[in-house]
Amino acid sequence: MLLTAAGLYGGLYLAPADYQQGDSYRIIYIHVPSAWMSLFIYMVMAIAGAIGLIWRIKLAEIVAISSAPIGASFTFIALFTGSLWGKPMWGTWWVWDARLTSELILLFLYLGVIGLYGAIDDKRVASKAVAILALVGVVNIPVIHYSVEWWNTLHQGPTVTKMDKPSIHVSMLIPLLLMALSFKLYYLIALIQRVRVELLQRERNSQWVKAMVLENKQ
Amino acid sequence: MSLQEFFAMGGYGLYVWTSYGLTFVVLLANIIIPVIQRKQFFVNALKKKR
Repeated sequence: MLLTAAGLYGGLYLAPADYQQGDSYRIIYIHVPSAWMSLFIYMVMAIAGAIGLIWRIKLAEIVAISSAPIGASFTFIALFTGSLWGKPMWGTWWVWDARLTSELILLFLYLGVIGLYGAIDDKRVASKAVAILALVGVVNIPVIHYSVEWWNTLHQGPTVTKMDKPSIHVSMLIPLLLMALSFKLYYLIALIQRVRVELLQRERNSQWVKAMVLENKQ
Repeated sequence: MSLQEFFAMGGYGLYVWTSYGLTFVVLLANIIIPVIQRKQFFVNALKKKR
């Protein structure tokens, strides 16, 4: 099943990459889906954190903390590729534009979540602290989304999520959406991997983990 | 379009391929790291048992 998922991911991922021949704008296929994922994963993390806080569901806590490194990775990718795109197009690696700055804050929020979780030994307490931090950070999400409309600076406005017709040609939109979908699938796979590890470590004294160790089942 | 032109990306090859390369490395790391951690977990747990 994992192989099938990986194969699907490879097909979805590789096909659009070869599809559009072009110039520097081709960075869009990783830059934009990564940025979407950075927001999406943050919302997943905050919601899972809230569920963990309210109903004390262990799995929700684990999903929340396991999402953080993946979200941080996508945020980093969005910033890094944006920088590599900005250099030839805007003539600069970085500007203190509202979109860029708020996305950087998002990266720090993710890193803060990871750091805070690591700093507290009791993982149930750590999960609570992390969930509160994540929920406070949610205010940043609409700021990122609307930053290009509120402040008219260097970063361009939205081209896809407009109410009327997207101002991007359909031949470019399709691979972009395919990439977004493949990133979502990737997130699921990466999340499951992290959840498995986190679950094992948390439950290392439970019967089922001990039985698994004895069977050496991986 | 030749293969060379494809790699050149109209002069933006360095930017485009660095972006794609870095993305690939980061995404791959996010899969490999938990897999290694899981293997490590079983190795350590078995050591403790003995």
